[in-house]
Amino acid sequence: MIPELGHFALVLALVVAVVQGVVPMIGAWRGDIAWMSAGRSAAYLQLIFVAGAFFALMHAYVTSDFTVHNVAINSHSAQPMLYKVTSVWGNHEGSMVLWVLILALFGAAVAGFGRNLPPTLRARVLSVQAWIAVGFLSFSLFTSNPFARVFPPPLDGRDLNPLLQDPGLAFHPPMLYLGYVGFSIAFSFAIAALIEGRVDAAWARWVRPWTLAAWCFLTAGIVLGSWWAYYELGWGGWWFWDPVENVSFMPWLMGTALLHSAIVVERRNALKAWTILLAILTFSLSLIGTFIVRSGLLSSVHAFATDPERGMFILLLLGITIGGSLILFAVRAPALQPGGLFAPVSREGALVLNNLLLSVACATVFLGTLYPLFLEAFTGDKVSVGPPFYNRTFVPIMVPVIAAMALGPMMSWKRADLAGVLSRLKLALGAAILAVLIAYTQQGGAILPVLAMGLAAWLFTGSVVEWGGRVKLFRAPLADSLHRARHLPRAAHGTALAHAGLAIAMAGIVAASNWKDEAVQVLRPGETVELAGYRYRLEGVEQGQGPNYTIDRARLTVTTAEGEFVTLLDPEKRLYPVRAMPTTEAAIHTTGMADLYAVIGDADGQGGWTVRIFHEPMVPWIWAGSLIMILGGLISLSDRRLRVGAPARRRKTPAAAAPARA
Amino acid sequence: MRRQLLYLIPAVIFGVIAGNFLWGLISDRDPREIPSVMIDQPVPEFDLEPIEGMAGPGLKSADLTGGQVTLVNFFASWCVPCRAEHPFLIELTRREDIRLVGINYKNEPEEARAWLAQLGNPYAAIGADTTGRVGIDWGVYGLPETFLIDAQGRIRYRHTGVIDAAALNKALQGIGK
Repeated sequence: MIPELGHFALVLALVVAVVQGVVPMIGAWRGDIAWMSAGRSAAYLQLIFVAGAFFALMHAYVTSDFTVHNVAINSHSAQPMLYKVTSVWGNHEGSMVLWVLILALFGAAVAGFGRNLPPTLRARVLSVQAWIAVGFLSFSLFTSNPFARVFPPPLDGRDLNPLLQDPGLAFHPPMLYLGYVGFSIAFSFAIAALIEGRVDAAWARWVRPWTLAAWCFLTAGIVLGSWWAYYELGWGGWWFWDPVENVSFMPWLMGTALLHSAIVVERRNALKAWTILLAILTFSLSLIGTFIVRSGLLSSVHAFATDPERGMFILLLLGITIGGSLILFAVRAPALQPGGLFAPVSREGALVLNNLLLSVACATVFLGTLYPLFLEAFTGDKVSVGPPFYNRTFVPIMVPVIAAMALGPMMSWKRADLAGVLSRLKLALGAAILAVLIAYTQQGGAILPVLAMGLAAWLFTGSVVEWGGRVKLFRAPLADSLHRARHLPRAAHGTALAHAGLAIAMAGIVAASNWKDEAVQVLRPGETVELAGYRYRLEGVEQGQGPNYTIDRARLTVTTAEGEFVTLLDPEKRLYPVRAMPTTEAAIHTTGMADLYAVIGDADGQGGWTVRIFHEPMVPWIWAGSLIMILGGLISLSDRRLRVGAPARRRKTPAAAAPARA
Repeated sequence: MRRQLLYLIPAVIFGVIAGNFLWGLISDRDPREIPSVMIDQPVPEFDLEPIEGMAGPGLKSADLTGGQVTLVNFFASWCVPCRAEHPFLIELTRREDIRLVGINYKNEPEEARAWLAQLGNPYAAIGADTTGRVGIDWGVYGLPETFLIDAQGRIRYRHTGVIDAAALNKALQGIGK
């Protein structure tokens, strides 16, 4: 009964979405307050119905109702309860319901928290959001119904793919969807602005919090996915430039550009058309990503098993949404009033540079991802594009971005004193040289990674120096600095944290990619292998049993080369009998500066086991840096100015007023 | 006017991309198919002994340039789909125009001998590639794989998986037979 109620709720949501898409839009056009406020009620209703459908599906999973086809092929009665719940989105149909749920969630959030928005803008935003919902609800109902029944019901399910039975991966899809479905709000704002024919500072002020929230979630989602790949796949790798990874990365790059571009619209009323285009493109990339993953066009470990019919439907949705919005842009954007002028060397100029480079970087990732398909259409040749391409194109483009990031926040609007900014960054230059020297003496070898470490140190120190300058650190009494810090707009703290976090993550990425070490050996119990100053001794391998899998568990004792005890590692090999799938569980010990990573392979039949040890330098810094980035974003999000929509009234401080730079 | 045309560029670029996607969906391509780089290349040099304990001349690359269309079939006793295609291979022995030879890939000799004794031996000659090195040269990544060699000793077609009459006819059409 409950699956049918869920199905009905989904249908009701579609009907409500149609109403929400039509009535407020007409109301905004005619100036009818009642019709415009219908948008808010409709958004709440839509959320209730989609949530109802989602929880009905979850109920079917939790109770292991194998008469529902989706549950039968993706779940199993012996699964731990956590994975019964996360199986809801571990497949195509269920994840589409999650997709639409988050769309409805953001729509309701705009209806609820957007009280300071002008009614016409809010009505149009909710309508556009509803159009997207209509598209994807139709997709779900007509091609990917999660509530289809199966008769006769099987005795037990086919189990969730064992790779997905993992806490990290359980939460990776919801985070990702909160991210790139969250960018739908920026898209809706952009379309609403184009329809209204007006983009101004207020619009940018209203669009930023939603974009920032989506950005934080997307960062978290990508990092979760990377971290999962790192500890689950057993090769110590965390980024493979797989097409599906790329389609989550591209909205992130564009979203970052959008965040920064919106600042220029807000402060200087410039770059309007470009910001609108970015908002459209960011969500368009999310949609293209959804298409690529579910259409079967590109083969990838991530791709859901789907058929071309679904691909056609999504392609139609894409055509209408992206094509329509870009044509609307072509028609309406030229009429937008151009804004303030600025010199090339200025904060606006730096932000334009940031945008330009990030867009080019995104374009190279896009090209690399879709080039094989494009080439095959024209010549029939099949090629694959992998890390060598991205290392040669993406990495060099990011270098000036990182270098400029230290300068940008210190530059003033309209016209900046570049020499003055550079002289204030002498400390950052010193730190960069120091880092280069340390890296060179520690690692030697190739010069580029060493220089990259210097670049990371430059950015980190530059961010700290900028923040320190705002609070007059070491130049005024400490109490004064603390007072200033408390009264700085939170976005200032957020900026410094986010930029510094990126620097830390970048250092980790450079080190992990270039100075990784590996040893593979067949060991008998009692034998050792040495790697990077650590000694690993295999104590033995024992058999065990999990809830729905069997285990081979090894025990390794890790000591330093001098014999000092470090830790015990227990890598596992599991076999999930229902799907006859083996997985490896790596054992990882982090020293803060590096990860000691052990994987157990096959037995050689004579008492020996294949043991793989990886020495991963500075990988923990990648996760730590990313968390700091997300923290910076969240702190910025809590800035009073973004919530109230008006500048915070600043109490008069005793020190002389610093020129407003926030 | 020209400035307004500039704003149309994103839409045009999207149109091209969408067209590419549409092609991808309606053409009957298989995204997982990996074409062989050996097509139109001469047969790689090799010289294999026969399966240990079996009479026969073994197989070497010179045998394949003899002026006759040849099918080279990679097989092993541990390959389950090879069993499925075996009856078709037996039938092929009745054809005069195609010569069928086999390369026994990474197989223990006793097991290969037992398998052929049980199912029959359709091959005019068999080379035993116990280490798999010859398979690497041919670009074999799974069994069964069958290569069509033309009369000049060039690889013209590679079929992965069980080979049947339809696949063989398609391959022969490709070389104009």
